[in-house]
Amino acid sequence: MEALISILIGVLTACGVYLVLRARTFPVVMGLTLLSYGVNLFLFATGRLTIGQPAVISAQAPGYADPLPQALVLTAIVISFAMTAFVIMLSLKARAELGNDHVDGHADEEEHS
Amino acid sequence: MNHLVFLPVLVPLLAGALLLLVRRALPLTVRRRLNLVAVLVQVAVALALLLQVTDGTVLVYQLGDWPAPYGIVLVADRLSAWMVLLTAVLALFALLYAIRGSDAGSRHFQPLFQLQLFGLSGAFLTGDLFNLFVFFEVLLLASYGLLLHGGGAQRTRAGLHFVVVNLVGSTLFLFAAGTLYGVAGTLNMADLAGKLATLDPADLGLARTGALLLFVVFALKAALFPFYLWLPTAYAATSAPVAALFAVMTKVGVYAILRVQTLWFDDPEGSLAGLLDPWLLPLALVTMALGSLGALASTRLRIQIGYLVLVSLGLLLTAIALGERDSIAAGLYYLAHTTLATGAFYLLAEGIARRRGSAGERLIDAPAMPHAGQIGALFFIVAILVAGLPPFSGFLGKFMVLRAALDTPAMAWILAVVLLSGLLAIVALARSGSLLLLRATPSEGLPPGAPGRGELAPASALLAVCLGLTLWAAPLTDFTRATAEQLLTPTHYIEAVLGTDMEGAGR
Repeated sequence: MEALISILIGVLTACGVYLVLRARTFPVVMGLTLLSYGVNLFLFATGRLTIGQPAVISAQAPGYADPLPQALVLTAIVISFAMTAFVIMLSLKARAELGNDHVDGHADEEEHS
Repeated sequence: MNHLVFLPVLVPLLAGALLLLVRRALPLTVRRRLNLVAVLVQVAVALALLLQVTDGTVLVYQLGDWPAPYGIVLVADRLSAWMVLLTAVLALFALLYAIRGSDAGSRHFQPLFQLQLFGLSGAFLTGDLFNLFVFFEVLLLASYGLLLHGGGAQRTRAGLHFVVVNLVGSTLFLFAAGTLYGVAGTLNMADLAGKLATLDPADLGLARTGALLLFVVFALKAALFPFYLWLPTAYAATSAPVAALFAVMTKVGVYAILRVQTLWFDDPEGSLAGLLDPWLLPLALVTMALGSLGALASTRLRIQIGYLVLVSLGLLLTAIALGERDSIAAGLYYLAHTTLATGAFYLLAEGIARRRGSAGERLIDAPAMPHAGQIGALFFIVAILVAGLPPFSGFLGKFMVLRAALDTPAMAWILAVVLLSGLLAIVALARSGSLLLLRATPSEGLPPGAPGRGELAPASALLAVCLGLTLWAAPLTDFTRATAEQLLTPTHYIEAVLGTDMEGAGR
C-alpha cells in the first residue's frame, strides 16, 4: 500500500508541475488542482498509513490512526477549494480583459509596456 | 492568560467582518472612519503589546486553553511585537492615503484591508507551523483582492502571475509542513525546535528536505533570488496604498526565515545546525546585486522601486545570515526603516505619476509637474533614505550591518556587493530624479485630474517617521539588540511555550 500511495502522490505532483508550467491559463489551473490533490494525499500519509483504526479514543481499540493529519487535510482542502475558485474567476477575467488565455496576456506579439 | 496577545489578531478580524457586513448599509465616509478607527486601535494595541514585552517577557496565549504543544499558541516576544507595531504603523499611513479617494472603486477595499492586517498580525504572532500556513493564506487571499482593486488589464495580468506563484508556494508549504510533521510528530514551532535537534539519524535526510523546502517557501515570500521575479511587476501594477502596505508583506518571509533560523538551525549541537548557512548569504548577495542592476535598467519609476525593494531585502537577509547579535540587531533596525521608506516611496510615486499627465510614471521627458518644489524635496529625502546615504536611518542601518560583517570570513564579498549596489542605487535614483524633476519641458498647465498638495501628506508623514527612526536611533538599536539577544537564546521562547506555567509569563 505504501508503494501505491507514494506512486500516486508522485504521479499527481509530476502532472501538476508539468501543467503549471504550460502557457495557457486552463492547464495552469488544472495543474494547481492536481498539485493540491497530491499534497492532500501526502499530508494524509504523514500520519502513517493505518487500516480500520479509530481516530478517537475507544475502549477496545487495538491502536489509533493519527487524527492530526486528517484535520490538516480538511483545512488544506477548504483553502485549496477557495483558491481554485478564485484563480478560475481571475483566469476568466484575464481572458475577458486581455483577449486571450495566454498567461502573459499576449498571444503572439511582443510585450509593449 | 494575557488576552492582549490575541487582540492584534482579533481587532482586524472583527473590524473586517463588520466592514463587510455594512458595505452597502453605510455611506463611504462612515466606513472610512470605521476603518481608520480600527487601524488606530491596532496601533494602540501593538504599542501596549510592545511595552509589555520590552523587559524580555515571552507572552504565550493558548487558543481555547489547550496546552501546548497540542493546541495552537500565539507567542509574543520582542520580535513579534516589533513586527506587529511596524505593520500597524505602515497600515495607518497607507489607509490615510487610500481614504483620499483611491479606495472608492470597490466596496470590498475596506474589509480586505482589515483582513490583510489580520493575516499579517497572525503570521507574526503564531507559534504553530500549520497555523502560520493558514495565516499566510489569509493574508495572500486578501492581498489578491487588494492587488486587483481598481481593475485594468495590466493589473489583471500581474495579479494572475502573483496568484499562481503564491498558490504553488502554498502547495510547497504544505509538503514541507507535512514532511516535518511526519518526521517530528509535532507542528508547534517551539516543540519542533527540541525534536529537530535530537533526530534519529535515519530521519535526518527527510528532516533536511522538509526544512529546506520550508526555506524555499519563505524565500519565495521574501522575494529572494531566484524567486524574486514576481515582485517588481506585481508591486508596480497595483494601486499606491496597496503597494505601500505590501512593503511589509515581503517582510513576513524575512521574519519567518529569521524565526526558524534562530529557533531550529542555530543550536550548534542540534542535528540540523547550520542547514541554511550555505544558502542564505550567497542568495542574499545575488539578490542585492541583481536588484541594483534591475533598478538601473528600469524604464518605469515603480518598477525601479520594486528593484530597490529587492536591494533592501538582500541587505536584510545578509544581516540575518551573519547570525551575530549585532548584525541581527542592525537588520531589525534596517527592516523598520526600509518598510516605512518603501511605503512612502510608493505613495510618492503615484503622486508623481498623476501629475505628469500621459507620461505617468514612465521615465521619459514630460511637462513640468505642479508642486514640483515640494515633490522634488520629498523625492530627494526618500532617495537618500532608500539609497542609504548619510545622515538618515538608511545609512545608519546599512552602516551597522557592515560593521557587524567586518570580522566575518565573507567580509570582502559583503562589503563589495553592499557598497557597489549602494552606488548603483544612487546612480539609478539620480537618473530618475533628474529626468522627473530637472529635465522637464515647460509646463502646459495643470494636467486634468491632478491632485492637490494634501495628497502628499501621508508620504511626508511616513518620511517624518523615518526621521524619527534616525533621531531615536540609540534607544531603538538598544531594543533591537535586546531582541537579537532574545532570538539567539531561544530557550526562553521554548520554555515559555512548552512550560507548565499557565500564566505564560515564564522567562
